[in-house]
Formats: sequence, C-alpha cells, structure tokens
Amino acid sequence: MSEAQGGPPEEGSGKVENPRTGGDYAPSVAARLALWQRAGGVAVPLLTTLLAFFIGGLVVLITSGKNPLTTYQAIFEGAGLDWFLEIGSYELRIPFTDSHVPFPWNVNDIESAAAFNLQQTLLFFIPLVLTGLAVAFAFRCGMFNIGGQGQYLAGAIVAVWVGTELPGLPGLVHILAAVVAGSLAGAIWAGIAGFLKATVGAHEVISTIMLNWIAIWVGSFLFSLGGPLQNDTQPFVPVSNDVVEDARLGILWGDPFLQALHVGFFVSLAALVVYWITLTRTTLGYEVRAVGFNPEAARYGGISVSRNYFLAMAISGLFAGLAGTLDVLGWQFRLNTNDVTISSQIAFVGIAVALLGRNTAIGVLLSSMLFASLVVGTSTRNLDPEIFRPELASNLTLLIQGLVVLFVGADVLILYLLRKARIGRRGSQ
Amino acid sequence: MIERLLARLPRGARAAGLVGIILGLAAFWVALPPLKVRTPLLPAAIGLVAVALGAYAVSRGVKRIGWGAVVIGVAGIGLGYLATRSSIGNLDQVVVWSALFAAMLRYATPLTFAAMGGIFSERSGVTNIGLEGMLLSGAFFGILAADKLSSWPLGLVAAALSGGLFALVHAFFAIHLRADQIVGGFAINFLALGVTGYLFIDIYGGEGTPPDIAEIPDVHLSFLKDWYFIGPILGQLNLMIWLAASTVVLSYLVLFKTPLGLRLRAVGEHPRAAETVGISVYATRYAAVTLSGVLAALGGAYLSIGFVNSFNQNMTAGRGFIALAVVICGNWRPFAAAAIALLFGLSSALAQKLPAYSESAAVLFQALPYVLTLVAVAGVIGRSIPPASVGRPYEKQ
Repeated sequence: MSEAQGGPPEEGSGKVENPRTGGDYAPSVAARLALWQRAGGVAVPLLTTLLAFFIGGLVVLITSGKNPLTTYQAIFEGAGLDWFLEIGSYELRIPFTDSHVPFPWNVNDIESAAAFNLQQTLLFFIPLVLTGLAVAFAFRCGMFNIGGQGQYLAGAIVAVWVGTELPGLPGLVHILAAVVAGSLAGAIWAGIAGFLKATVGAHEVISTIMLNWIAIWVGSFLFSLGGPLQNDTQPFVPVSNDVVEDARLGILWGDPFLQALHVGFFVSLAALVVYWITLTRTTLGYEVRAVGFNPEAARYGGISVSRNYFLAMAISGLFAGLAGTLDVLGWQFRLNTNDVTISSQIAFVGIAVALLGRNTAIGVLLSSMLFASLVVGTSTRNLDPEIFRPELASNLTLLIQGLVVLFVGADVLILYLLRKARIGRRGSQ
Repeated sequence: MIERLLARLPRGARAAGLVGIILGLAAFWVALPPLKVRTPLLPAAIGLVAVALGAYAVSRGVKRIGWGAVVIGVAGIGLGYLATRSSIGNLDQVVVWSALFAAMLRYATPLTFAAMGGIFSERSGVTNIGLEGMLLSGAFFGILAADKLSSWPLGLVAAALSGGLFALVHAFFAIHLRADQIVGGFAINFLALGVTGYLFIDIYGGEGTPPDIAEIPDVHLSFLKDWYFIGPILGQLNLMIWLAASTVVLSYLVLFKTPLGLRLRAVGEHPRAAETVGISVYATRYAAVTLSGVLAALGGAYLSIGFVNSFNQNMTAGRGFIALAVVICGNWRPFAAAAIALLFGLSSALAQKLPAYSESAAVLFQALPYVLTLVAVAGVIGRSIPPASVGRPYEKQ
C-alpha cells in the first residue's frame, strides 16, 4: 500500500513550532489523524466504511426511492444481528466439556429467525476470515493475491474428494486428512503463482486470475455429467458424492439439517492468532514483512526475496484452501457445477476484507464480521423482499465493496481533503 | 528497397531458429486439413528437423528462439501424431480453417481493444487492472443505450462515455491521490460489477435484455465473396473487427510516430525528466488512462451489441485480465500485442470446436485460453521490459 510521501513535515510530528508566535500550538486535526493513521488507527477504515455506506444509501434512494435506513435495517435483520439485541441471563456450555458459563444471549434458541440468520452470517464469516487472511498475508509480502477463488476451489475440490473417498477411516483421522489435503491443495495452487513470480517475475495478479479460471473450468469438468468426480447414484445430476458422515465437522449451534454453525468457527479464530504470531513473532514473518516493505533493502539485508515470494504465496493459499475445505466438511458436504462458480465468489469479498482490515488480524476479524453481515443480510433467502429486492441488494453489496476498496486504496484521500481544507483556512486568514 | 529489406532478414543461428519454429508448426499442419497426411512419420521427420535447428541455434547462443524451436518442434510431433490418429471426420469438423480464423477474429476483437487501451495507460505510467471493469461497463451501457435509444452508434457513444468515466475515477485515485494503482484498478472492477449488475437487475429484471436490440452491423464485402479462403473469413465481419484492426494501426502511429506519443512514452519512462522539459505529467496520464477506458469499453460494447447480442452479469469473464497479459506478452507494442490477441482468439475458437472429440471434456477445453495465458506470461514476461515508471505515482515538485 502506498503511503503519503513527502507531505508537509509538520504532519505526524505532533508538535509544531508556530512561525508567528514562536511557541507551541496543539496539533491540527489533520496532523492528529495522520499520526493516528500511521499508528495503524481505525479512523480511516471507519470513515471509509461510513462513506461507502452513505453512497450506497444514496444509490438506494435515487434508483428505488426507498428509504436507505429501512433498507439497511432490513439487511441488519437479514444478517441476524438483531439476535444480539435481546440480552438476558443465559448459560453457554464450553465445547468438549460439561461446564457452563454465564452468557448474555440465549444460545439455546436455535430456531428463531434471528438465530438462524445469525448462524448463516457466522457460517459465512468462517471462510471470509480465511480468504481475508489469504489476501492479507500476500499483501504483507508486497503481493496482491486475487487468486483466493482458485485456491478456495482447489481446497474444496480436494476436500470433497478425500471426504467422499476413503470410507471406513476413523472420523477424526478422516477430517484431519481432508483438512491437510485441502489446505495443501490451496497452497500448491497459490504456490504456482508464487513460483512464477519468484523465478520469472510473472505478475501475480495475472497468474492468479488465470489460475482462478483454470480451477473453475477444471472443477466444472470434474463434477459435470460423466466427469471423474460425479456422483454414483444420480447419473443426470452434475454433483459430487456426499462427504461421509464421519468426515463432517461437529455442530456448534443450530439445526444440523439447516446449515448449522460448525466447529470451523474456532478454526477460523485460531487462524487469526496463527496469522498474527507468524507475522510478528517468527523469522519467517519478519522476512515476509521486510520483503513487503522493500524487496531491494531486504535483498541487501541477506533475505532471499524469491524464497519469500514463494512461501508467502503458498501460505496465503493455505488459508484459502482451508476456507474451501471447512465449507465442504462443515455444511456443504458436496459440490455441484454451480457451486464451483458461485460459492468461490467468497474469495473476492476476502479482498475487501483484507483491505478494509488493513491486513492486520484484528482488522480482518472486524471487517469479516461486517462483510459477512452485509453479504448474508442481502442474500435472497434472508432479506425481506418487501423492503428491498434481494437481487438488487446483492449487487448493492458489490458496490459497497468496490467503494470500500477504492477508498481504502486511497487512504491519502482523507488526508488530502483535510490538508486542502487546512490550507484553505490558512489562506483566508 | 528490396536490398534494404533483405538486409533486415535474420541470418545465421537466428535464422535457423526461426526456420525451426516454422517447421515445428508445419509438422502439426501437414497432419491437418487440407493435406491430412495419415502417416505419423512425416510430422515426426519435420519436427525432428525443427528440433535439430533449434538445438543448433541454442548451441550458437540464440537461446530464446532456439529453445522456442525445440519446444514447438516437440509439440508439433506430438500434436501431429495425435492428428494422424484422429478420425478424418473429426478433423474435417474441427479444423475448418476459414471458420476457425473468422472465429479467431471475433474472439480477439474485445481483447485487442482492451489491450490497446492497456498499452496507452501503461505506456504513460499507470497500471490499469481496471480494464476488466471498463470492458464490462462498455458492454452494459452499450446495450442499454442501443436498446433504449434504438441506435447502435449511440450505444457505442454511451459505452465509450461509461468506460471513460470509470477510467477517470481510476485516474483521479491513481494520479492525484497517489493510491496504489493495483488496488484502485481492482476497486474499479468491483464497482463496475456492482453498478452494471445493479442497473441490469433494476432495468431488465429476471428476463434479461430483449432480443430486438439495435446491433452493430456486419460489413459485407461482396467483391471478396469468391476469393478462395479469404472470402469466407473477411467477406462478412462485424464493423467493430475492422475498427479494432484500424485501432491497432492508429495506436502504433500515435505512440511511435508522433510527438504526442513520444511525450506519452517519456512520461511513462521518466516523468521527472518529462516534467522538466515542460510536459504535464498529470495531464498526459489523465488523457492516456481515459483513452484506455474508452477503448476497453468499445471492446465491451462489441461483446454485447456486436457479438452475442445480450448482456449477462459479469459477462466479460476475465477478458480484461487476459488483455493485460496480452499487453505484457506483446511487450507494450501495438502490433505484437495484436498478434498475441489473435493467438488467444484462436485458442478460444479452438475451445469451441474441440468438444467434437469428447463431449464430457467439453468444459475442460474452456480452460485452454487461460492455461495458454499462464504459459505465455510465465514464458515471456522475464524478457519483456515494462515502461520504467509504470505503477509508480508521480508527485509534482
């Protein structure tokens, strides 16, 4: 990400000598903002999100004449976030034990509309965190991994394959085998792009996009009629076999027959911690970040740039492949030719997640929640069609994503506007 | 004149390598219609000569062309062998050269427009990942205007305006705000996807675009009709295909034969130096990026109102990115890029025909252009040299 370069020297230094009085004066809003931003602040992401939602609201108002606030409220409820509004004194069972802790929300409610919607949001949150991390990790190494889609698919396809074959394995072993194989598939798929970048300098944006399309067509082929992974019982349905019962992930919350929240939720949270530790507490992370900041300087410092390009890309693909694996083992259990193109779209939301979250673990966590709510809240099944047409709303989501990416990419924008405003004030004095 | 041309012909090892490449292609070609050689010996013999010439070239230090000849020679033997094993009926059905070439031109046209746009933008120093979105916006707004105003020229104008507008947004963020150009361009793709999808659903709903839309007409060249081979290819092509061809020539002339083009390239190579001699870096980049959006959008308009005559959400399906690969493989030069675009067009055309061999693998063949792009980018990119300042924001002093 580019930073504002060569801005006025007083910015960020906090205290500035006032040429007229010779004394100190309090830093201006812009200077404080700049400091805040350089300290990894949340002001800019928050402002960009608000701005994107504001413009999205304008679009709603202009094109449909509907009240944007009502629309946003319907999306809020579609995402099941109203579940959090009902606070009481309930208990939560700690997983894998029999002990209970007090909890402000009623987790025993698994069937109300709000609870169901929230389960869907959290279900979407899991792969979103992982695909977000996939983009973020590559970004930290100075690469833009748009290939989350292909890597997610590679993971999902291999997970379906491992999950449907090898019956008779004990459940835990089967799950582990599928998870390892799926993540590795993602890593290899991304590793191709990393390898090409490291050896011949092929730009990762182009190679990962091509790998996306190759994965889509190969996936469509595998599950199509007569394809190698098509199911054994229904010869006219282009869908894979079902993942065997033993290889499915455990249910945390919800009705197992209606896409319940599975234990992958904790895996995604753990991945956030792993991401943070890897980047900030290991040699690998140090090298990856060094290459990301300045490859020439890193090379001069004795770091192998090409090795880190490859490794960062492979690890990035590992996250995305894991996302596909968890979706398959957690709630999809099978892939059909349509899923191949549709469910893998999630990786593109992951890009917005990483950018808005400024490639930090905590940022990815928060922005995943935001985008999961937005996407699920505008889905055909969850949004109240009397308030806003869901087909329109899902495109509205794309629009808001685009605006967020645009504004976050131009973090200089806000500083620029504020600086302009300040210069204007000075000029009028 | 003839002597000067002769003097430019390659000699020695370089010529051997080039002849090797041509022979490698010929090894495959003899097994195809119209010759349809049925013995695998001939392709093998020609291919071996190609490999030998390539090896000679490599030994004399002409590595790139030499290895190219070796690889193409081996591929020629393999493909030639496959072709001799395939049934005559299938061969006749798949390899109808005139139909293949006509389809190639159709598939290459949107790529060519977008690639020319990409060349202008990147030559001025601004990476344009947003080509995909600009293609898409051209496709949608082109068909929208053509439908609502019942006129295809107005459709083209609307497409160009929409593409130019998206490009202006990209230019503003990339130039004035010095945002990361890759991220900004990607945002344009998201935005275009959202805007076109939103309006498409809002205006056309579930039924899709109506069938009776004013289409860009074909150009009928009746005097070509009876010409062998050329007639069926060029006799009836869409107007936009001819426009694409002239855009390539114009792009070359503007970029390399006018002061304007020199300035544009200077801005992309060394903006500080260009500014020092009085060229406005910002103005040049704005103009180049906007032009790239207009050109890409024309390619998109060809897709929707010249080629398939309908619109679907995300109908460009990654063509903008293939166009970027075309720009890079074409070494940021119009004619080279157009040649690469034709190659991708041919692979798309083949992908449509190959299912004759295997129904179930029909889907798999769709991946062909993308695999080819990947191979091309991997094989060529290390040797292609981008404009020195591409992707770097410039700050006025």
